[in-house]
Amino acid sequence: MHIMEGFLPAAHCVGWAAASAPVVAYGAWRVKKIVEEHPNAKLLLASSGAFAFVLSALKMPSVTGSCSHPTGTGLGAVLFGPSVMAVMGTIVLLFQALLLAHGGLTTLGANVFSMGIVGPFVSYGIYKAVRGAGGSLQAAVFLAATLGDFATYCTTALQLALAFPDPAGGIAGSAAKFLGIFAMTQVPLAIAEGLLTVVVMNLLTRYSEGELKSLNVINQGASA
Amino acid sequence: MNLLRNNTFLIALVALIVVVPLALPIAESMDEPFGGSDDKAEGVIAEVAPDYKPWFSSIWEPPSGEIESLLFALQASLGTGILAYYIGLRRGMARGAKKD
Repeated sequence: MHIMEGFLPAAHCVGWAAASAPVVAYGAWRVKKIVEEHPNAKLLLASSGAFAFVLSALKMPSVTGSCSHPTGTGLGAVLFGPSVMAVMGTIVLLFQALLLAHGGLTTLGANVFSMGIVGPFVSYGIYKAVRGAGGSLQAAVFLAATLGDFATYCTTALQLALAFPDPAGGIAGSAAKFLGIFAMTQVPLAIAEGLLTVVVMNLLTRYSEGELKSLNVINQGASA
Repeated sequence: MNLLRNNTFLIALVALIVVVPLALPIAESMDEPFGGSDDKAEGVIAEVAPDYKPWFSSIWEPPSGEIESLLFALQASLGTGILAYYIGLRRGMARGAKKD
């Protein structure tokens, strides 16, 4: 999902950066508040960022014959809310832009928008909807992480389509081409991300009951 | 819930998802099997906008594939280290609390 350095016209770079910046700023304020209100959740917060760090480093093969990576943002979105992951996503993407030549500084705003904002917000929405409908924690976390990952890649495809319309088919034509690459490749990888997120959530419900309760992920009264 | 059994099952499923594409005869028909989807997207850009020139390039690039894989491994191990420290710490604390 990394749009390479220099591969978006300048106006698009500015536009996506302007769209992402307020969410990242709000997320930073949320991080500060969470640390103040739930000091015992500090390490869990760091671990949510760490999970995104690991998963976005793993480039995995897909049945399309291409490789791509999960994003790992669904876990933190479920635990701390989506805007917090805009901050974590920015840190991961900066690391990769500066040290790995993956993504870039000019395309940072666009990449933060897909990986740090759209993905986590979709994850959070799905999680709330499934829990609200009476779904289990595991089912909600799996669907949230899987669909959030998938949404990130669809966003990248649409961002590229907006910047590079097909001469014949226009934006829709090139959207089909970019989705053909990103969305298709991502289907099995998004499922893998969903499963791995459930693995971590299973460990958390066993060993971090206190934090999950104070963050209202599991009911205050219920025992896991 | 049997935590160990459930998580082992889930991790085995993930392993299967990764191994199946490698086992299928996908690579034979491709010029560059299992390349990055980001690079493929670059190919589409070249196709729909052949005149587009990237206007900025990375300020630093890993000088070789080895250095790149070093940095990817560093990224993954930093993340794993923090996560494993946290879960190990909480597991130990849960145990200690039970004993008291």
